[in-house]
Amino acid sequence: MFELLGIPPQALFGQLLLGLINGSFYAMLSLGLAVIFGLLNIINFTHGAQYMMGAFVTWMLLTYFGINYWAALILVPLIVGASGIVIERLMISRLYHLDHLYGLLLTFGLALIIQGLFRNQYGVSGIPYAAPELLQGGHNLGFMYLPNSRLWVIVASLVVCLGTWFMIEKTKLGAYLRAATENPTLVGAFGINVPRMITLTYGFGVGLAALAGVLAAPIYSVNPNMGEQLIIVVFAVVVIGGMGSILGAIITGFGLGLVEGLTRVFYPEGSAVVIFVIMAIVLLVKPAGLFGRTA
Amino acid sequence: MMKKLALATSAFAMLAATPGLAQDVSVKLGVLNDRSGVYADLSGEGSVIAAQMAVEDFGAEEKGITVEIVSADHQNKPDVASNIARQWYSEEDVDAIFDVPTSSAALAVHEITREMDKIFMNSGAATSDLTGSACSPNTVHWTYDTWALANGTGGAMVEQGGDSWFFITADYAFGHALERDTTAFVEKSGGTVVGSVRHPFPGSDFSSFLLQAQASGAKVVGLANAGGDTINAVKQASEFGITQAGQSLAGLLVFLTDVHSLGLQTAQGLVLTESFYWDLNDQTREWSARFEEQAGDKPTMVQAGVYGSVLHYLKAVEATGTDETAAVMEWMKANPTDDPLFGQGEIREDGRKIHDMYLFRVKAPDQSEGPWDYYELLETIPADQAFRPLADGGCSLVEEAAAQ
Repeated sequence: MFELLGIPPQALFGQLLLGLINGSFYAMLSLGLAVIFGLLNIINFTHGAQYMMGAFVTWMLLTYFGINYWAALILVPLIVGASGIVIERLMISRLYHLDHLYGLLLTFGLALIIQGLFRNQYGVSGIPYAAPELLQGGHNLGFMYLPNSRLWVIVASLVVCLGTWFMIEKTKLGAYLRAATENPTLVGAFGINVPRMITLTYGFGVGLAALAGVLAAPIYSVNPNMGEQLIIVVFAVVVIGGMGSILGAIITGFGLGLVEGLTRVFYPEGSAVVIFVIMAIVLLVKPAGLFGRTA
Repeated sequence: MMKKLALATSAFAMLAATPGLAQDVSVKLGVLNDRSGVYADLSGEGSVIAAQMAVEDFGAEEKGITVEIVSADHQNKPDVASNIARQWYSEEDVDAIFDVPTSSAALAVHEITREMDKIFMNSGAATSDLTGSACSPNTVHWTYDTWALANGTGGAMVEQGGDSWFFITADYAFGHALERDTTAFVEKSGGTVVGSVRHPFPGSDFSSFLLQAQASGAKVVGLANAGGDTINAVKQASEFGITQAGQSLAGLLVFLTDVHSLGLQTAQGLVLTESFYWDLNDQTREWSARFEEQAGDKPTMVQAGVYGSVLHYLKAVEATGTDETAAVMEWMKANPTDDPLFGQGEIREDGRKIHDMYLFRVKAPDQSEGPWDYYELLETIPADQAFRPLADGGCSLVEEAAAQ
């Protein structure tokens, strides 16, 4: 059997598919970050904690209220998104006139507090969350066994990413949002409630993180550190894609998932840093990111 | 007759004088471990509770020994661990450090302890180098090590016909040592290692590595990692149908809290090696119930190890009437260990604490009779066979003793 770069092509396809699955998470999370940064100019470091909250609320709904996974897909983004709206109204909105750094520090602090609270309550080992019946089992693709739960992640992520991109780039609402970031005073003069629009946008971004948390719950163990490990990578994805670029976040999310997957095959020890190496190179060559606009 | 009487009298006088000597002793113990990362549940605050329980059960106060316990988070990082250890020893007058999971951090504390001539009683870390190539007169390795794990789980898997292995290894001192010791065991038993992959620590997604293990065709996939890494790897192995397709999964280091987190549905059938389980006998059940009241969970072997090591340390302080390193270490090695959790044992000259180890299988959900009823005992590995023979470790202390 011929080999490609030292590994059989079948194994390579498997690894590429796995990269795509991880990329789905990166894309969804970086999309939320990009939406928030693009429209609010806030670097939302709480995003990882909000992703973790998504997974925990999913588990809580099932454990305490008997609400299943499918309902959680709708309810969890609403619940966690609502908590985001409260945070935006009470805290973040007071920082808009200050430098980016203040928003970053506030959201970073919030992330530490939220993680600490969950850690004290639930420990660090994590809690099992069984996949719903429909997502159990999988398909034998010939080159690998693809669990249904992972296949579902790719589908869900693609739908959400494309839907969000369409809404922001192609609809009237999206046009208002984009206009509001360019010139809030002017948009406000047209009778549009800009502060409310910004609040809802933050809630939407947080809802995206929570939705990724719902998708992650049956795959990874639900644990307080799950966001912490992911958020740094996701930030790198956003930087590489171009801060605030919706399309950049989606494409680099999936792309870097693939790159990381391949690194796991050829040089596993390097898989934790490959994304940061790429980030450093991109920043040197194209400081605004691959899809970013230079101001 | 007169000679005998004189001897008896002086012995009695010495015994009577001991508590008097100990009256002025005050010791400070440092519990250094992971308080927020992947090993926080299996050591963390529970280890501090275990240390406090040892002080209370020993009755230190009544015996005139003042004990103060301090604790800190080393974040699983060797540099953080060595900074704290150095500060504790040089500025805060800490006499001995306990626990220290994460082999890389433990090796760092081990070196500083030797340099500062204090005492390090490890119960959390696994690397067998602590009592092997890197051994020190200042370290006692209490609970388990990579050789004992390889001997227990590795041996059992090979016996069951698992003669070809693929390792998924945490990329730091612990994972390397566990892979090395298990490889030696597999090869000695006539098996082969067909490949291995090293994953960044800590990791969350193991699917790529599991796929490589699957493609290797090995009969056994050995997980040379621990805590959160093992939990995720086992969970994802089940998701990707590794065991259903005929490969066996060997969790080379699995703690009770890991099984608790995985749930029996996913963890059932895993074979694992531990030196302590709460449901072993009346003594362990009684102690574990008291521990659970304070900590909320049943104890792991690491936390039990902290209890046992603090107890033995305090006995040495009482007997010698001092916190002076050489005297305490000499007493600890010269006298047998005996506590309700590990039973009787000894500390060898290389610093290795010797006791029985146990091979368990995780129960299926319908076999479990209640909360925390997770293990079925397969085999007790007697103390004299459970750990690496003294001569095989390459410890310089042993060689020096032999030369004399």
